[in-house]
Amino acid sequence: MPVLVLPKSNRQAARVQGRTWQYTGVPKWIYLVAAVGALFILLPLTGMVAQVNWGQFGALVTSESSLAALVLSLKTAAASTALCIVFGVPLALLLARAQFLGQRILRALILLPLIVPPVVGGLALLYTFGRQGLIGKSLTLVGIDIAFSTTAVIMAQTFVALPFLVLSLEGTLRTAGQKYEAVAATLGARPGTVLRRITLPLVLPGLISGAVLSFARCLGEFGATLTFAGSLQGVTRTMPLEIYLQRETDPEAAVALSFLLIAVAVLVVALTYRVPKSPLRALVSPEATP
Amino acid sequence: MTLFNTSTRPRRLRLGAVAAGAAVLALGLSGCGPAATSPSAGPDSNATENATAELSGTLNVYAAASLKQTFTELAHEFEAKNPHVKVSLSFDGSSTLVTQITQGAPADVFASADSANMKKLSNAGLAKDSPVDFASNVLTLVVPPGNPANITTFADAAKPGVKLVVCAPQVPCGAAAQADAAGAGLTLSPVSEELSVTSVLGKVTSGEADAGLVYVTDAITEGDKVRSIPLTLANTTINRYPIAAVSTTKVPELAQGFIALVTDSEGQKVLKNAGFGAP
Amino acid sequence: MTLEFKATIAARNVELELTLDAGETLAIMGPNGAGKSSVVQMLAGLLKPDSGRAALQGRALFSLSPGTLWLPPHERGLGVLAQDPLLFPHLNVLENVAFGPRSQGRGKADSRASAAHWLREVDASELAVRLPSQLSGGQAQRVALARALSTEPELLLLDEPMAALDVNSAPFLRSLLKRVLAGRSAIIVTHSVLDALLLADRIIVIDGGRIVESGPTATVLAHPRSAFAASLAGLNVLQGVLEADSLRMRDGGRVTGRRIPAFAEAPQAVGALEGLAAFAPSAVSVFLAPPQGSPRNCFKVSVGELEPQGEQIRVRAGALSADISPAAVAELGLEPGAEVYFVVKAAEVVLYPA
Repeated sequence: MPVLVLPKSNRQAARVQGRTWQYTGVPKWIYLVAAVGALFILLPLTGMVAQVNWGQFGALVTSESSLAALVLSLKTAAASTALCIVFGVPLALLLARAQFLGQRILRALILLPLIVPPVVGGLALLYTFGRQGLIGKSLTLVGIDIAFSTTAVIMAQTFVALPFLVLSLEGTLRTAGQKYEAVAATLGARPGTVLRRITLPLVLPGLISGAVLSFARCLGEFGATLTFAGSLQGVTRTMPLEIYLQRETDPEAAVALSFLLIAVAVLVVALTYRVPKSPLRALVSPEATP
Repeated sequence: MTLFNTSTRPRRLRLGAVAAGAAVLALGLSGCGPAATSPSAGPDSNATENATAELSGTLNVYAAASLKQTFTELAHEFEAKNPHVKVSLSFDGSSTLVTQITQGAPADVFASADSANMKKLSNAGLAKDSPVDFASNVLTLVVPPGNPANITTFADAAKPGVKLVVCAPQVPCGAAAQADAAGAGLTLSPVSEELSVTSVLGKVTSGEADAGLVYVTDAITEGDKVRSIPLTLANTTINRYPIAAVSTTKVPELAQGFIALVTDSEGQKVLKNAGFGAP
Repeated sequence: MTLEFKATIAARNVELELTLDAGETLAIMGPNGAGKSSVVQMLAGLLKPDSGRAALQGRALFSLSPGTLWLPPHERGLGVLAQDPLLFPHLNVLENVAFGPRSQGRGKADSRASAAHWLREVDASELAVRLPSQLSGGQAQRVALARALSTEPELLLLDEPMAALDVNSAPFLRSLLKRVLAGRSAIIVTHSVLDALLLADRIIVIDGGRIVESGPTATVLAHPRSAFAASLAGLNVLQGVLEADSLRMRDGGRVTGRRIPAFAEAPQAVGALEGLAAFAPSAVSVFLAPPQGSPRNCFKVSVGELEPQGEQIRVRAGALSADISPAAVAELGLEPGAEVYFVVKAAEVVLYPA
């Protein structure tokens, strides 16, 4: 079909154009400073990788406690990311679109977990959902115990990771603007339809990158989990807690696990960021996909 | 510079450890056990008296977190006796401190909460002399003030349904907890194995846990916030605290003087008041 | 009456009232910021006035102070086409056009069939499977038109639909709109006189949030009363006092022309009658020396600027302008500052009372 050929060649042309030299306006010294900045992050990682005992690596990371921690970390981070999406999308929509009293204060408060130390977040959760806490007291009465459970781990992770999703999505929503939504409304689409068929598809890249950031933050969560959920193999002891514990007796295992955690995080981020950068253009419909 | 050092330095240390480790270990084991108090207390107190006028400089003391209260007090005393000396204290988990010292942290004296971590220092060839035990500690059961689970004995804490919190076996207090439970013929089923005593205490003081196993000294420090229930075992696991000067110290006299203060009668009184047992 | 509309927005100093007959197309013109687009937005339900009411086919769209009725955009049954096509970037052309019918609750197949029909109507069937990013500006606007029509709206709102198109695409869309708007009720906001002339039955001119002129398109453009309408029409308008078949200007100059019948029959006022003389730039010839003989109006002017006006070059000189061919410009050697004579036949000048 000739119609199918045209879009393909168009996209190829665009790709080539992206590689041709274009004026960027970046001073030369910026490269130097940026390189130092990149090294500052990469060198310690290299230092750690150099410490990995590769001969024992397989055995170290497949020990029962390591595997339990890895599986628990992946499970809880996935669940927390799902919760972040469920609650973060409405929050971002309200912050980006709606106009109401106290909006700015709400935004500041929602971003608070980014600023406060995770341990403080854990304490806050403890005093709210703990057995003696504000809400936890009533929950205990009806037989719901959150502390020392996997649920507590997920809550701690969601607490610290939610702002990442809200922040990322709110920015995308603001950039996308409301023009398309207005057009959709004049075409007879109800607000729910507009959200489902226009808004969400348009901001999907922002939503995905926000979810990836949240997931990564969940994987690395330590302080809030330790304070609120405790540490028990297979139940609440996630990778970071296991690493901290292994460090006490077996630094080699700790290093191996650290490497594994980094590898998992890099893998997740790399895989998800394959989603093309120019979202609006790249959401190719099934017909045009090669 | 430290960025570039991190990857190479531990290797050098490990090579050193192979050569020096065996000898130090042998010396330490033979000298340390039986003659902990008498040989060191005598000449060291003399040294303190003699050196008082001359001592000056800054002494970096790295000490286990459970020593915070006592060592702060002892540091003040040391400074009072030696007006030109400043003692800089660093408290953390023993294993964290050992890692820091082997990675080049400027410690002059290291006081560990267990012999295992002190052994790491010796193995790295960084213990100046054989470590000396200066205090001991035993575990106790703590419950929130209201004692919601009605615990009166160690056995009560091991019952199903009781939210018991202990240290993970990898950390000294956890190892002691396991040993004590075995000694009492109990199988513990904790809801959480925390990474430090502080975490265990936090879970108990907040009322989240029904009971926790912590050191006697920790229970005393918490005051009214917990109720202490002695384990009453025939053979309590005794956790000993060793202290040593770090071999890379630039102020060996100061380090020696401080260790002498900790191990002589004055230091022992302070430690005893805080609940520590005799070494 | 298809549409009745009355609204005030204090913050934008807008106070407007207009009506539209069935099948009528109304052009709204006026300078930037006059409040033209506000009308479209209020009707579409995207902007809320402080007070006012609007009804389409007797069905209230809004009724505010008094009243609190405010239909949300999706319940209004209006079609909107703006300057920017705003095709949904993640949907292909057919899906874009099918979006309206689908949102109205029609089935998927039915919606697609309807979309295909409207794409045929705008001669864009061959674009059906393309993505918006693969369309030219003109193609995208045609698809956007098909999308706006796909819900078969009772009123079509066009907000400068051709402003962003290049000179090659605009004529095609214009003729398409002419075909589509026949028999439809529509409001078109435009800066283009040509669009108003070709597409609209009636025109209103808004300035400073108020309607300053209103009437059949041809009348308003032929005899503009406001400076804006005149500048829109591109007409040369001179002010003065009307005499028998001429206009005496304040500087003493005289312009001869024809008084248009409608005004000629009007009862003559006693004394001086303020009036206007209007003539199109295309009626003006440019000479380097004053011509002799024939009864023509002649103005000595100094050339201000030259600018392209379609195939012609518009020569601006003070308040007057002339449209002549590029060849003539070259032949005369025109450049800013040159002293020339604008000459216009009396037959081309229309005189009317202010």
